[in-house]
Amino acid sequence: MSAAARLSGVNPLAALASSVLIAVPLVLTLDWVSASVALVLVLMLLPVVRMPARAFWRRSAAIWIAAPLAGVTIALYGQPSGTSYFRFALADITTGSLALALATTLRILAIGLPAVILFTGIDASALADGLAQLLHLPARFVLGALAAFRLVALIAEDWRSLGRARRARGVQSTSLRRFTGQAFGLLVLSLRRATKLATAMEARAFGAPGKRTWARVSLFGWREWMLVATSALVVAIAVGVSAATGHWSFVGA
Amino acid sequence: MAASVRATGWGWRHSGRRAWGVHDLNLSIEPGERVLLLGASGSGKSTLVAALAGVLGSDEGEQAGDLRVDGLRPHDAFGRTGLVLQDPDSQVVLGRVGDDVAFGCENLGVPRGVIWQRVSEALEDVGLDLPLDRSTSDLSGGQKQRLALAGVLAMRPGLLLLDEPTANLDPAGVAEVRDAVARTLDGSGATLIVIEHRVEVWRDLVDRVIILDATGGLLADGPVDRVLATRGGELAGAGVWVPEYPPVARTRTSSESGGVLGTRHLVVSRVRGSAVAAVPDLSVRAGGLTALTGPNGSGKSTLALTLGGLLRPESGAVIAEPGLAIGLDPAPASWKSRQLVARIGSVFQDPEHQFLAATVWDELAVGPRALRSRPSETKRTVDELLGRLGLDRLALANPFTLSGGEKRRLSVGTALATNAPVLILDEPTFGQDSRTWAEIVDLLSVRLDEGTAIAAVSHDGAFLDALATEVVALGVDDVAAARS
Amino acid sequence: MPAQGGQLSSSSTAPVPFTTKGTTVTTSSVLETKRTPWRERTRWRVVDIVVAAVLAVASGVIFWGWDQAWTPLSTPLEALVPGLSGILGGVWLLAGVLVGLIVRKPGAALFAEIVAATVEALLPGNHWGAIDLFYGLVQGLGAEIVLAAFLYSSSRIWVAILAGASAGVGLAFLDLTLYYAGAKGSFDRIYVIASILSGAVIAGIGSWLLIRALIPTGALRRFPVGRSNRAVV
Repeated sequence: MSAAARLSGVNPLAALASSVLIAVPLVLTLDWVSASVALVLVLMLLPVVRMPARAFWRRSAAIWIAAPLAGVTIALYGQPSGTSYFRFALADITTGSLALALATTLRILAIGLPAVILFTGIDASALADGLAQLLHLPARFVLGALAAFRLVALIAEDWRSLGRARRARGVQSTSLRRFTGQAFGLLVLSLRRATKLATAMEARAFGAPGKRTWARVSLFGWREWMLVATSALVVAIAVGVSAATGHWSFVGA
Repeated sequence: MAASVRATGWGWRHSGRRAWGVHDLNLSIEPGERVLLLGASGSGKSTLVAALAGVLGSDEGEQAGDLRVDGLRPHDAFGRTGLVLQDPDSQVVLGRVGDDVAFGCENLGVPRGVIWQRVSEALEDVGLDLPLDRSTSDLSGGQKQRLALAGVLAMRPGLLLLDEPTANLDPAGVAEVRDAVARTLDGSGATLIVIEHRVEVWRDLVDRVIILDATGGLLADGPVDRVLATRGGELAGAGVWVPEYPPVARTRTSSESGGVLGTRHLVVSRVRGSAVAAVPDLSVRAGGLTALTGPNGSGKSTLALTLGGLLRPESGAVIAEPGLAIGLDPAPASWKSRQLVARIGSVFQDPEHQFLAATVWDELAVGPRALRSRPSETKRTVDELLGRLGLDRLALANPFTLSGGEKRRLSVGTALATNAPVLILDEPTFGQDSRTWAEIVDLLSVRLDEGTAIAAVSHDGAFLDALATEVVALGVDDVAAARS
Repeated sequence: MPAQGGQLSSSSTAPVPFTTKGTTVTTSSVLETKRTPWRERTRWRVVDIVVAAVLAVASGVIFWGWDQAWTPLSTPLEALVPGLSGILGGVWLLAGVLVGLIVRKPGAALFAEIVAATVEALLPGNHWGAIDLFYGLVQGLGAEIVLAAFLYSSSRIWVAILAGASAGVGLAFLDLTLYYAGAKGSFDRIYVIASILSGAVIAGIGSWLLIRALIPTGALRRFPVGRSNRAVV
């Protein structure tokens, strides 16, 4: 179930498309205006999609930490220009690098936060249905990936069992070497599960020649278009304001 | 609707093998027949069934002769055959019950409206009264096997192929699956071929027994009672469970003595805060086997892990007597890994979870080495164990490449290697044929006579009859008690 | 695991004693395919798809774990030498190289990286959402190009290293566009070199070692790479 109540049941393709729509233009520029306009608009939309605050903070915590840290890196090692405030070895904090640092931080937030809102709690089956039925990606591959995704829970349980087994065998430890051993065991088990699953799927006519039908319909209706349009609007305003104020700065340049 | 099977001089050789796994098979099964397929380990039963299901890849070996389902090569007979395998977990394809049953129909191109109709019919046939959007990971083993059966039935196959579909299930699960198969066959009239060690499960349902000969061709073919009467002893010798020829366990020579490991007011849980079961106080005695029984979900495996010091109790205590703890805190969960392995050996339900080394020999040496045994001492222990486990031929094989029975014996062996005074076993006889079953029972019986204390989770009545000195039954009531 | 799994379970080829000697067979004989027609060799079987997907999913879980570890690990490295944190990136390139070397079908590396990235994005908790998919695409393409150049016929160590390095270029390209767009040239250069090295070592040599260790377990027996050194018994 989607974390955002208003988005639950929306075709995951729409969430995917929206996330891409917001990300691509913002990736092409590095300026604080486009990023902060987009960020503000996204935060304003939070109540509209009814995402509970708790869920939002929990899911976006890593971005709130990583974004400023990427900013610090750029402040130290960004393109220097203007006044220099601090120099040590390769580090050089300047007016220019500080501006770039701010833009970097805002940009990561502006791309990452909508992704969190749109992308959490997506139903894997619905995504697969959309990818195969609407985008016409090859069905065998989409379904293979979907079936594999279901194994995540089993693989996680395998991991815990492997840990207990190591304790029972007298070789429990936290060293990297032991971890590698356990990870290797997990890999072997996963491969075995995969081969058995392939057989079970083949026995159910998976990969049969002829046209496959779909028990579930993947629909792209007005709610999906609304979501995509909203995202397009957000990014259009952000880019528009940035261009109008002369801040747009193409990354390649 | 029901399909016929014809094999003419058919054979299969696995890649990497010089010998033919199945050789010169001539066989004819008429539509609607119900066949129990038997044979010694390695006689190629599963190979035949996989070939009929069309799931033997050309990369896996080479074929001789001809095999036909309804006159078609099995690879071209998509949807005419339906296969249910042993492992409940590896047969669920999708995340929701309805979607999973629909999967086969979708692959066959059945129109959408028809699919959902077939899905509900198939679920009804197998007696799974569940909402279509129920998560498949919430199902019990027996339910998963019935789900797999429903997924196959929805394809409307003319030939139903079952490869030990109940080997990993508890008695209730076995009955569920068997009854579901009986109901659906009565409805569809499909041909049935079932592989199963335990003859009594399917005896009343089938009308013909075919026994494959490991050296090629057929050993016997005919009505159940006649074949069992003439070939029963031979089959039992080859590991088939024939009711008239039960395996004989060795006689114990000593009896139990004092308790070494006990529990008090114990409540067990996998994840802290969500209790699985409240356990009646129990005591595991030297030379005695305490059997832990109860229905699926009653927390037996969780109890085994807790007794083995691998999970912390939710509340209450697991108490090692001073003779076992030898200077340590009485709670096994507080011991260091190396202290634990010298005192309590655990054998998990799935042996593959326990394998750590690249060869069988090294696998058995893991424990002694962890205990810092002298190399000569380790070598003596391992070589002796290999002999007793019947694994000496495989000393240099990779543990993962062993057969199911061999894996089980190896995992029991790893626990025996450290000479721990207590053994905790989870379903030690799951999926064993009667021969490997007897080997494991004998091994444990000897150990008990030597004074080892054993706690074993088991549904296996014959196992309990042979070894249990005390039976602790966990009930669903205990689960309720633990949650309240 | 049940007795008598029969030929469907992967234990069927059981009593093949892989000797310790067998595991140390030289690379060129272990990891090379026989000549089979191109069309036959490049056709995806069901087992190829499912194994590739499962390995990718498992990698996705590892990626997700690595996402969490990234910030605490990269920060001290950045303090040491700017751009050095690129050295950690190789873990995210494992899926493509590993699957590409095992399955050896056109698109295997790309498929694996995209699936792994999707899983990483779908897992609950902290993540980067759809951005992961771009990474999957670009990193997968990086490995794919190299494997394609060798016509999907080899799992030798040099191929593995090149594929890992090439995926590292993809990773560095995206990181420098997305996270460190404003960085100066010296940072960029160190970052690119560190990423390529990391890809070559962690994803390249790492995958190759993994495959070599997997062969004796029989887990790869449905694949040419897992069969080539099996003795006939």
